[in-house]
Amino acid sequence: MASQSAKNSVMLMTDVLLFSIVVSVAVGLSAGYLGSIMVLEKMALVGDALSHVALPGLAIGLLLNFNPFIGAFAFLFTSAVLIWYLGRVTKLSFDTLVGAVFTLALAIGILLVPQPDLLEALFGDITKVGIVDVVASIVISIAVISLTRMIYKKIVLGLISEELAVSKGINIATTNLLYLLLVSGTVAIGIRITGTLLVGFLVVTPAAAARTISTNLSKYLQLSAIFGATSAVSGILLSTYFNILPGPLVVISGVVIFAIVIIIRWRMKISS
Amino acid sequence: MVSMETSDGYILKVSDLGIEISNQPIIDHLTFRIKKGITLAIVGPNGAGKTTLFRALLSLVPYKGKIEWTEKVKIGYVPQTLSVRDIPISVKEFLALQGASSPDRVLASVGLDSKLVLNKSLGALSGGQLRRVLIAWAIIDKPNVLLFDEPTSGVDVDSEEAIYGMLRRLTLENGITLFLISHDLHIVREYSDYVLALNKCLVFFGESREVMKPGTQQLIYGEPICKEFGDAHD
Repeated sequence: MASQSAKNSVMLMTDVLLFSIVVSVAVGLSAGYLGSIMVLEKMALVGDALSHVALPGLAIGLLLNFNPFIGAFAFLFTSAVLIWYLGRVTKLSFDTLVGAVFTLALAIGILLVPQPDLLEALFGDITKVGIVDVVASIVISIAVISLTRMIYKKIVLGLISEELAVSKGINIATTNLLYLLLVSGTVAIGIRITGTLLVGFLVVTPAAAARTISTNLSKYLQLSAIFGATSAVSGILLSTYFNILPGPLVVISGVVIFAIVIIIRWRMKISS
Repeated sequence: MVSMETSDGYILKVSDLGIEISNQPIIDHLTFRIKKGITLAIVGPNGAGKTTLFRALLSLVPYKGKIEWTEKVKIGYVPQTLSVRDIPISVKEFLALQGASSPDRVLASVGLDSKLVLNKSLGALSGGQLRRVLIAWAIIDKPNVLLFDEPTSGVDVDSEEAIYGMLRRLTLENGITLFLISHDLHIVREYSDYVLALNKCLVFFGESREVMKPGTQQLIYGEPICKEFGDAHD
């Protein structure tokens, strides 16, 4: 009986670990891929700031007893549309607007989130990852990568020259809205792994590492996605091994990759 | 912007064009017309409205008055400033954004060896190479009108004439009507047919060979005296 219970427990652990790895690969790939645009746009901190907007949504989910990540999604998407609209009306940049609302959202979120759940909301928790999270993260990740591929050329052309992009019939405003919604979707699924405080890392550091060693876009995109997935999976495995929250370990894994890339580049420069 | 069928050979007719930005008049009562195949140089002091005129021709800014292009006009545009330093994009990828199916050929047409530059990062090109790549970009989808803002911006003096000579050849070979903004009156005289001088309004319009005359330069860079109308024909 005791042996059967132990066996079930191990199987449950294995399922949770497997689910967590699948979710982290999905999240890491899409966050790294999309994050490559954010680094090019010099909006690296937008993803970080936007992630805090999810906290009140998580809180409402916890308080009203429905899936908190649906609340996070709803808040992120609504905020993205609001920020985009305010940007059009006020002509202020996205980072300014996001910066203006994110501290308020963080304050409200911390006040609303029940104390026992606060740590999980802030730093992630993989022990509660279920099949719904796996399916949701795969579907959202595929959607984010596909849609990012669609708008990538338009955004790059707009970065090279906004006039050139507009003269080619590219609607910058619509592209920006889609882009913000994609960031929101990525942040929402990333929260499961790293929590709201650290999810911004997943869209910034892998892309920053890829940028330092890329001379063309396709290599940059691929490396961003690979570094994102590697950081997320390494963090999850370490978290399982040491039995501590995954968020900080995902960040540390990513920073180690970043450091290795910097050293490789430095050595390559010396040898050339 | 209006497209119209013309039988008189004019590719562009601009009538009483007025543009304000933040309630400041940038261009006022500008009227001119251009026949197909002409190279028109646009000159004037800083802040005279040259780049704004290009933006209006591309419908990138709101304006008063009328801009009429002939039917089936296809405009290629190269702005003066590009942000390429921070973007890891190769020449091949940049040309692919414009739909280049054979980048080798298009690079050869602007005097670049694709083996040397195709896989190079755009930000690693010299000023002259970058401008040539931009010309290649602009001609990929076979435009019949090219708008070029300072074609040799950031280019050393030696390469300047080669680039203008190549632009001249490409436009003549392909029947392209070329509008170029330049500050160099020597270049304007050598490589354009007509010159339009702006100083918020039209202050001079005439054949390019007149541009080096002291009286003309006084008109271009002196106190603005607005003209009614400019006409560039064969």
